[in-house]
Amino acid sequence: MKPPPFDYHRPSSLGEALDVLAGTGEDGKVLAGGQSLIPLLNMRLAAPAHLVDINRLTDLAAVEEEPGGLRVGALARHSRVERSARAAEVQPLLGQALRLVAHPVIRNRGTVVGSLVHADPAAELPAVLALLGGSVRLARRGGTRDVPAAGFFTGPLESAAGPGELAVSAFFPALAPRSGTAFHEVARRHGDYALAGVAALVGLDDDLRVSVARVACVSVGPVPLVADVVGACGHRPPASADWAGAARAVQDRIEPETDIHATADYRRHLTGVLAERALRDAAREALHA
Amino acid sequence: MPERVHEITLTVNGTVRRVAVPGRRLLSDCLRHDLGLTGTHVGCEHGVCGCCTVLLDGEPVRSCLTFAVTADGHEITTVEGLADGERMSPVQRAFAECHGLQCGFCTPGFLCTVTALLRENPAPTDEEVLEGISGNLCRCTGYQNIIKAVHRAAELTAEES
Ligand SMILES: Cc1cc2nc3c(=O)[nH]c(=O)nc-3n(C[C@H](O)[C@H](O)[C@H](O)COP(=O)(O)OP(=O)(O)OC[C@H]3O[C@@H](n4cnc5c(N)ncnc54)[C@H](O)[C@@H]3O)c2cc1C
Ligand code: FES
Ligand code: FES
Repeated sequence: MKPPPFDYHRPSSLGEALDVLAGTGEDGKVLAGGQSLIPLLNMRLAAPAHLVDINRLTDLAAVEEEPGGLRVGALARHSRVERSARAAEVQPLLGQALRLVAHPVIRNRGTVVGSLVHADPAAELPAVLALLGGSVRLARRGGTRDVPAAGFFTGPLESAAGPGELAVSAFFPALAPRSGTAFHEVARRHGDYALAGVAALVGLDDDLRVSVARVACVSVGPVPLVADVVGACGHRPPASADWAGAARAVQDRIEPETDIHATADYRRHLTGVLAERALRDAAREALHA
Repeated sequence: MPERVHEITLTVNGTVRRVAVPGRRLLSDCLRHDLGLTGTHVGCEHGVCGCCTVLLDGEPVRSCLTFAVTADGHEITTVEGLADGERMSPVQRAFAECHGLQCGFCTPGFLCTVTALLRENPAPTDEEVLEGISGNLCRCTGYQNIIKAVHRAAELTAEES
C-alpha cells in the first residue's frame, strides 16, 4: 500500500529542525532512515500530519570517540557504524549486534539512533544500550537532555523522546579492560527480528575471576531486560564459573509471552541456551582482552 | 486541499531528471510511474522482498522504503542503467548464463544488489554471497543458480578488468 498524505519538511540545520518540531508538536514525526517508519506508513499503521526529514543534517552523521565511550550521531547509518574500525575497538558489542540487524541493504539506510527511538522490544540495539548503560541525547528548541538507557525505553515501541524532541546522538560506554561481549540470537530467517536474543558482558578482576556478568534479553518483554548474574555464576575464573546456573537465573527473571511466532516456554528455553552461550563467549573474549 | 508537490532533481542512470512529486511518493513509484522506468519491481512495499532494490549514490537501498523527495539531488542507478549500451553487464550476463532467473520478478533487485556487492568485495566466499543476497527473496530458482551466477559474475568482472 501507499503512505497516507503528510506535510513534508526538510530542514537544513539542526536549529531549523528543532523549530519545525516545536511547531508541529504531537503531529510531527522525525524521518531518519525510514526503515521502520516507512513500512508503518505503507501499511497505514501510522499517519503523522508532518514528517521532518533529517537526512540533510549531515553534521549528525558523526561517529566519534569521547572520553569513556563512543558517540553515534542521529544520521549514522547501521552500515557505517558496523564498518567503523574505531567503533569496533571502543565497543565491539555494537558490531556484534549490528550484524544481526536486518539485511545489509536495510543497514545502508537505517540509523542506530532511529533504532533506539523506535524501541522495538525485538530489536538488538536497545538491548546493547541497556546492557552497557549508555544514554540518548535529546534536543528540543531551547534545551538538551541526556536520558540514561534505564529510563529511555518506556514500553514496546515507546521511548522517552517526546513531541518536539530530536534524538541527536547516543552514547555507548567503552569496553573496560579485561572485559568481553557477545550477542547471540535465534530468528526464523536470517535477518528477521529474533524470537529470542541475548547480549552479554563479562568482566574479570586482577586475579582473572569473574567480577561483572550481565545480560540483556530481547523479545521477552516490553523493553530490553537487563539481568545481573554475577552472583549466580560465582566469583571464580571463567573456566569454573557456573554459566549454566547463570543462564537459569536469567530464565527466572524473564516473562516471555506466547505469540504466533513462538510459545512463551520456547522463548524461555531459547533465552537460557543463548544466555549461557553468550556469557561463555564474552568470558572467552575477556580472557583474551 | 490539493496535495503539495515538491520539485526534485534526480540523476537516474546518468541522466538528469526533474520531476514534481508529493512528499509521500515512494522512490519506487517515482521511478516506475513518474519516470517510466518499470524495470524496478515492487513486491511487498515493506522492505522484505528486495525486488525494488536500486543503487542510491552507488549503495543498494530499498526504493520502497525511501521517499523520492529524500533522494532529491542524488544519483540513482536502476536495472536499466547496469548495461553498457547494448552490452549487458558482467552480472547480467552471469545471471543469464547460469540460469539465475526464471520468472524474472526478483531479478532487478538481485542484479543491483550483486553489482554493489562485487564492487565492494570482488571475490566473495559462498558465505559472503549468502549474507550479501540474504535480503532478496526469489520464489522460483531455489537460489543455487543465483549463487553460481554471483561467483561467475566475479570471474567475468575480473577477466574483463
Ligand atoms: C525487512 C526489515 C527487517 C528488519 N530487521 C530488523 C532487525 O532484525 N533488528 C532491528 O533492530 N531492526 C530491524 N529492522 C529495522 C531497522 O533496523 C530500522 O532501520 C531501525 O529500526 C529504525 O531506524 P531508521 O533510521 O530507519 O528510523 P525511521 O524508520 O526513520 O524511524 C523510526 C522511528 O523512530 C523515530 N526517529 C528516528 N530517528 C529519530 C531521531 N533522531 N529523533 C527522534 N525520533 C526519531 C521516527 O520518528 C520513527 O518513529 C528491519 C527493517 C526492515 C525493513
Ligand atoms: S518492494 Fe521493496 S522490499 Fe519488497
Ligand atoms: S526468478 Fe521468479 S522470483 Fe526469482
